[in-house]
Amino acid sequence: MLLKIEKRAEYSRVMVYLTPIIALALTVLSSVILFELLGVNPVEALFQFFVAPLDTKYEFSELFVKATPLMLCAIGLSVGFRANVWNIGAEGQLTMGAIVGSSLFIYFPETESVFLLPAMIIMGAIGGAAWAGIPAFLKTRFNANEILTSLMLVYVAILFLSVLVHGPWRDPQGFNFPESQTFSDSADMPILLSGTRLHFGTLLAFLAVLGAWMMMARTLIGFQVKVIGEAPRAGGYAGFSQKKIVWFTLLFGGALAGVAGLSEVSGPIDQVLPSISPGYGFTAIIVAFLGRLHPVGIFFASLLMALTYLGGETAQINLGLPVAVTGVFQGMVLFFLLASDVLVHYRFRLNTARKVAP
Amino acid sequence: MSDSGGGTPQLELRGITKAYPGCLANDHINLKIMPGEIHALLGENGAGKSTLVKIIYGVLEADEGEIRWVGDLVSISNPHAARKIGIGMVFQHFSLFEAMTVAENIALGMSGRQDMKALENRIIEVSNSYGLPLEPHRQVHTLSVGEKQRIEIVRCLLQNPKLLIMDEPTSVLTPQEAEKMFETLRRLSSEGVSILYISHKLDEIKALCHKATILRGGQYISECDPTKETAKSLAEMMIGTDLRAPEHHQAVKGGAVRLKVRNLTIDSDVEFGVNLANINFEVRTGEILGIAGVAGNGQIELLSALSGETRSSDVEAIMLDGKSIARLNPKERRDLGLAFVPEDRLGHGSVPEMTLAENAFLSGYSRMDLMNSGFIDNGGTAHYAEDIVKKFDVRTPGISHTANSLSGGNLQKFIVGREVLQNPNVIIVAHPTWGVDAGAAAFIHQTLIDLAEAGAAVLVVSQDLDELFAISNRIAVISEGRLSVGRELREITIEEIGLLMGGTHGMGEPVETPHVA
Repeated sequence: MLLKIEKRAEYSRVMVYLTPIIALALTVLSSVILFELLGVNPVEALFQFFVAPLDTKYEFSELFVKATPLMLCAIGLSVGFRANVWNIGAEGQLTMGAIVGSSLFIYFPETESVFLLPAMIIMGAIGGAAWAGIPAFLKTRFNANEILTSLMLVYVAILFLSVLVHGPWRDPQGFNFPESQTFSDSADMPILLSGTRLHFGTLLAFLAVLGAWMMMARTLIGFQVKVIGEAPRAGGYAGFSQKKIVWFTLLFGGALAGVAGLSEVSGPIDQVLPSISPGYGFTAIIVAFLGRLHPVGIFFASLLMALTYLGGETAQINLGLPVAVTGVFQGMVLFFLLASDVLVHYRFRLNTARKVAP
Repeated sequence: MSDSGGGTPQLELRGITKAYPGCLANDHINLKIMPGEIHALLGENGAGKSTLVKIIYGVLEADEGEIRWVGDLVSISNPHAARKIGIGMVFQHFSLFEAMTVAENIALGMSGRQDMKALENRIIEVSNSYGLPLEPHRQVHTLSVGEKQRIEIVRCLLQNPKLLIMDEPTSVLTPQEAEKMFETLRRLSSEGVSILYISHKLDEIKALCHKATILRGGQYISECDPTKETAKSLAEMMIGTDLRAPEHHQAVKGGAVRLKVRNLTIDSDVEFGVNLANINFEVRTGEILGIAGVAGNGQIELLSALSGETRSSDVEAIMLDGKSIARLNPKERRDLGLAFVPEDRLGHGSVPEMTLAENAFLSGYSRMDLMNSGFIDNGGTAHYAEDIVKKFDVRTPGISHTANSLSGGNLQKFIVGREVLQNPNVIIVAHPTWGVDAGAAAFIHQTLIDLAEAGAAVLVVSQDLDELFAISNRIAVISEGRLSVGRELREITIEEIGLLMGGTHGMGEPVETPHVA
């Protein structure tokens, strides 16, 4: 072998920050090939994908609208991932948060109290947390794998939403379409910038970024999460409870996903529909890793992933590319990221050593 | 048998060099072993012994140098190739499947397909003829450590090796078991089998070996005839400097009991774990109690019961300064003045990829008061970590470096320092100098003695009898989850300890087989 891989003495801090950039470069390179194969001019396609969506103030604000649920979910997931708790059911928790949160409006549509929206946000958090509490219970009680349980509960939540909007929550004046009545002003997320869809949920997402950053860097619970994730036996030695961390991280992640769900239905969607998310909960997994599980990294990663949603739409409209390009693009980012992460702990070297014997 | 004058060496190494990132594990090592010679490879932990034998056995590839086998230049690219030319190796840590039989384990370790019936007969034949009796149908987990080692040796012998490599074979044996194994080795030597014997135990090497090659810090130091050297001169070659023995002290007679363990009985919840049965002991202020024993006899279970990582339901089982701590978690025990140095430095005593500051916070946050109105006091934590580094001579570029960047000895000094600076009433230390260089070991021993003199009670669990004899006031022996009565150092001999380690409890109790979950 001309190249050999060898373990670094200490992990490379440079590579921790460099690998997302390497992964993005490889993704862009691969998409050039992909566009070429699809018969589209790659330069034009990349322009439509990454630059065109940011043309106007409105479009720029849309970036934050799309990034909001990604940011909220990814912040929640990242805390769990730091503790080796693999909650991949944020999509389900998001859905449950939306259901539980909007139930307040659905059952009390006439309410005009200023407390309605805050109560809905809190209920959304509780709904998401409760849904994530199921895998937490199964894991701590029966040692059931949270990857499977949280994923399966996604489909339960989505089908439950479908039952509601096709049945009891259907708008009586809605000509039998499977959708609820549109939210009243007291149940709507306030708009931050007139003429755009930028809403109060985005502020909540920024708050989550700052709060999680503070929590992970400066509090005991954040420290416990990191220790349990990196060396569970050292955590036991220090007296940290692994079960407590499983509960905490799942409830935390579920609550933020729940808020994300509620802020979607109370924000840009403005009613409850059978489908309220184009897979934000799943994309958030990519966001969390691309952001190096760090709140600041996640902030930027969620903007980038939001851009792929917008770019996919623009490319579809202007170039006639299938909207699935967005998914392919997101998948490639994660794929290259995981592959290049080997550079954090290992390095390549030219094999120059002499052989022992021929 | 050994004849350094003429003849072709069985194995000859010239200029073997192997580098790891940040460390030169082998630096132009030469080694020559004659047929039938028992050759010691002597050196401290970290001297490069393991790397060198892994190169001989084909586990690692040397960066430079040549290997000659009976005069011919050879390339040993993997263990299969090594076995093929006649090199067998008994590893320090056994590679046995506990749930399989002796014969199945042996078949797995041999090259090629085996006829099980014929193999069983050969196992019986070979094992009996060398005084290493084995029953092919026994499941491995029912065997003692000494018997497990026999499997490894017989596995090598079945392939008629010309060179047998033994990596610290006696570290897991009682003195009596070791003596038996020496007879086997002498017999093999008389039949012309060369043996490369790796150890840092000087008495063994003087008693057994014809030649010794000494390594230090990855370098070849010298070759000598160990029978003509004194233990002291060998040690000096191995360690390089004169070492100060720890200053001993006498325990305060009739001091207050600080740690008291009464009828501690815990069923292990892991497969092939050891159940603790009726453990009784106490440690007084000013005293160092040593617990000896062969690894895997309940030390891990006892240590985790004492630290609080497993808890006893019996409230009075563990008392600290008169207060029950049996049901408290590790942090609550720490708050009452219990400090703990685990066996495994990386991953148990420290978080490998966290900084030294964070690792100081890990066990010290409560007792050292490193929280400030709900937030981590970074300044206080840094100050505490700097204090450990300074007072305990931890060689590191700074406290922002990760724990796994430190050498074993430095990390151990850091962990011991972290615990000692918490001003404990009772400190429990597991294998305090395992894999630690001699300078750090002497320092750690002196630290523990000083701590005891200042009034703490110290409990040391170790496999190294020399260490226990050097620092303890009393010694007890753990075997199959039972603890012998602690005896004053001057009242007990190595032979008695050996018998206790082998499971002779002197209490007339039936010996239980390990619990199988």
